[in-house]
Amino acid sequence: MATDQTFPLDPPRPRALPVPPPIGETVVARWTLVAIAGLFLALVLVLPIAGVFTEGLRKGIWAYFKSFGDPDALASIQLTLLVAVISVPANLVFGVAASWAITKFDFPGKSLLITLIDLPFSVSPVVSGLVFVLLFGAQGLFGPFLAAHGLKVIFAVPGLVLATIFVTFPFVARELIPLMEAQGAADEEAALTLGASGWTIFRRVTLPNIKWGLLYGVLLCNARAMGEFGAVSVVSGHIRGLTNTMPLQVEILYNEYDFVGAFAMASILAGLALITLVLKTFLEWRFGDELAANRRH
Amino acid sequence: MSIATSSGRGGAGRRRLVHGVLPGFGLAMGWTVVWLSLIVLFPLVALAVKASGLGFGGFVKLLQDARVQAALELSFGAALIAALVNAVFGVLVAWVLTRYRFPGRALIDAAVDLPFALPTAVAGITLAALFAKTGWIGGLLAPLGIEVAYTRLGVVVALIFVGLPFVVRTVQPLLADLDREVEEAAATLGASRLTTVFRVLLPPLVPSILTGFTLAFARGVGEYGSIVFIAGNMPYLTEIAPLLIVIKLEEFDWVGATGIACVMLAISFSLLLVINLIQAHANRRS
Repeated sequence: MATDQTFPLDPPRPRALPVPPPIGETVVARWTLVAIAGLFLALVLVLPIAGVFTEGLRKGIWAYFKSFGDPDALASIQLTLLVAVISVPANLVFGVAASWAITKFDFPGKSLLITLIDLPFSVSPVVSGLVFVLLFGAQGLFGPFLAAHGLKVIFAVPGLVLATIFVTFPFVARELIPLMEAQGAADEEAALTLGASGWTIFRRVTLPNIKWGLLYGVLLCNARAMGEFGAVSVVSGHIRGLTNTMPLQVEILYNEYDFVGAFAMASILAGLALITLVLKTFLEWRFGDELAANRRH
Repeated sequence: MSIATSSGRGGAGRRRLVHGVLPGFGLAMGWTVVWLSLIVLFPLVALAVKASGLGFGGFVKLLQDARVQAALELSFGAALIAALVNAVFGVLVAWVLTRYRFPGRALIDAAVDLPFALPTAVAGITLAALFAKTGWIGGLLAPLGIEVAYTRLGVVVALIFVGLPFVVRTVQPLLADLDREVEEAAATLGASRLTTVFRVLLPPLVPSILTGFTLAFARGVGEYGSIVFIAGNMPYLTEIAPLLIVIKLEEFDWVGATGIACVMLAISFSLLLVINLIQAHANRRS
């Protein structure tokens, strides 16, 4: 009877684990650690996101949507899009040019150049705005010249664009440089021996190789460009309907105790952040091999 | 590698320095250098020149100002505490995410990057709402006599939020690559689990933990958007250095603002140097 016990021919195999089960930790220790990490992340990540939407909807869905009817709110959304539409392509072109020069050629001072490109990440956002005030503000280096010609950079859209380009400067380049470094120049050199022109090589050989990495860099660059606060706050002057981007509009509404308006606007930005995360995770999951090998933030 | 002509148009002097056969070096390099100089280098140099107008005596006087000192102390102190907290929890989170499989792991892994993606102003007003006395967390802490919003603790909380991903993301790839055989060897030699973790597993991770810590610290020192809403911004108490720059700028004290900015820049560049040294050291050893 005991031998009658049947074993399935194909026993259910445990799901293949990328990492073998840990050596040592007891089940209790393991779940305690998971619980601590989970609690910490819930506290730090989930609550804030839930908070944004809850506060925005505090006075009901009608008040939430009504706050977007405000002309200043609409103007801030338009301005944010305008700033991103200018600064992201600017950094895209720079990022491609810089990584082409750095990864396809050898020249002295290369590592210094890479460090300099990363520099804006180590500068406080407020200082990033300040440098442009010092250049183009009323008492700035070019201030008198601009005033004499009736041009405005600070407290106007050009200042916002400059500050945004500064803070998002390294995003595309630092994604492409490790990727193109790993890919080498052999493909392009082959195309060259076959008689392709420089532009054709870039368009037909390089671009298909780097397209996902490029998209990844642009995605992160765009998220920061639309969400930047400190740097644009310094150069904006907070002129309603004219120089307030969405994050600045959030600040103004919040300081005026219009919490529903502030959190409604903030919820759009939070939604943008969530979409960015979803796309980023999708790219990492689907095209992980075609993104930069060593990811540094 | 052969000494090659770069773009053909690349000038006789450069021809000997640049290696590579592909076209476009002149254009790509030219654009890179011009754009980098215009957007980043020239403005930063202008800042240094403006600050030099302060003179040595002016700098000393600025740094002796009690309000400036308090702001710098707060920015650095809070960033230090937050980076330490993030170093501990960051390693723990990285450990849990790489070693264990549990439902929702992929979601949590993706969510760790939220502070990078969420605009700082959004994080700021939300944290302020959560930790205010009427908020979800503040309401729980108030009976215990703990006040977070509009205190220095609030500054630390905001910095823990923005700095969270740095340690996790620097430690995670190394932890995933760690050779399991070393652990097994330690176990067969009779080491307890804790001994293995602290004597075998953690030491090779130290450079990456330090890098993540320094990145979080540097970010925290310069952070502005997520703090100004929760801090209360009282001079001498909860006023951070970047805010003081903004205030001085609004008072048209450009030189004062530039002086503080220069101090912060000098320190962040030193931190950048430290990170590079740690990385170089770690690369040499491996």
